[in-house]
Amino acid sequence: MASKQIYFEDVEVGSEIPPLEKEPTTQQLVKYAGASGDFYQIHYDKDFAIKNNLPGVIIHGALKNAFLGQLMTDFAGELGWLRKLSVQYRGMDQPGSKVVCKGRITRKYVEGGDHLVDCEIWLENSKGEKTTPGSATVVLPVRNS
Amino acid sequence: MPKYVTEEAKQQIGKVSETRTYEIERGAIRRFAEAIGDPNPLFNDEQAARKTRFGGMIAPPTFCRSLGAPLLDVKLNMPQFRGLDGGSEWEYFEPIRPGDRITVQSKLVDLRETEGRLGPMVFITTEITYTNQFGELCAIQRATGIRY
Repeated sequence: MASKQIYFEDVEVGSEIPPLEKEPTTQQLVKYAGASGDFYQIHYDKDFAIKNNLPGVIIHGALKNAFLGQLMTDFAGELGWLRKLSVQYRGMDQPGSKVVCKGRITRKYVEGGDHLVDCEIWLENSKGEKTTPGSATVVLPVRNS
Repeated sequence: MPKYVTEEAKQQIGKVSETRTYEIERGAIRRFAEAIGDPNPLFNDEQAARKTRFGGMIAPPTFCRSLGAPLLDVKLNMPQFRGLDGGSEWEYFEPIRPGDRITVQSKLVDLRETEGRLGPMVFITTEITYTNQFGELCAIQRATGIRY
């Protein structure tokens, strides 16, 4: 798999999740429209978007949700499991510039035999604005188990 | 006084949709992973995924967005409105795999109204369940749509 496996013992409250950079293009929005079946024109038709009082085409909220999903499945690794993922679309983002998914651990605990960490996560645009805050819970493996 | 989320409108909370069943194709999982730009072998490479504890490819967390949820006809006395996606809360229980048959059903769980910058805004929260052919609940998505 992409990176080395992280274990429950490796993380502490406050630990940062390795950030994930993305640079969505209009082409990616078209691919996402096709793959998800969300063909709302504000995501690929500039004239339509402008007529709807938008600055131009905007990134699907659900694509930003997918980026934050990748942030967490990359973090959990093959032996981990993403149990909860929550995102809120507070601000709109346009394609053509970098966005970064980030997160940090807010709680580390054992529940029902599972080793869990809760995380605060967000997507930040190139101006540093957190347009898409959220949270996640992952199950992590333990060493010597 | 809420203008649209009246006591009568609230009677719709709890309403469930019809179900819809989708057969999950390996190619659809790969195309979704490619569209979101996620190269994780679990979502892209059957040979590599076989060597993992999952024993084969699985779908990425938000793949369920491609399994259109049956419409819940939520009636509000709003003659004209625009729609926005407010966000989603997901819970994951079992992986979704190629060859699965996933049954999708929606339920209206909340209706709220606030006064926003753009006038009254109605938040419609739907709980969508994704259940596999063994009757196992794979995922729940609580999706919030906004009408304004």
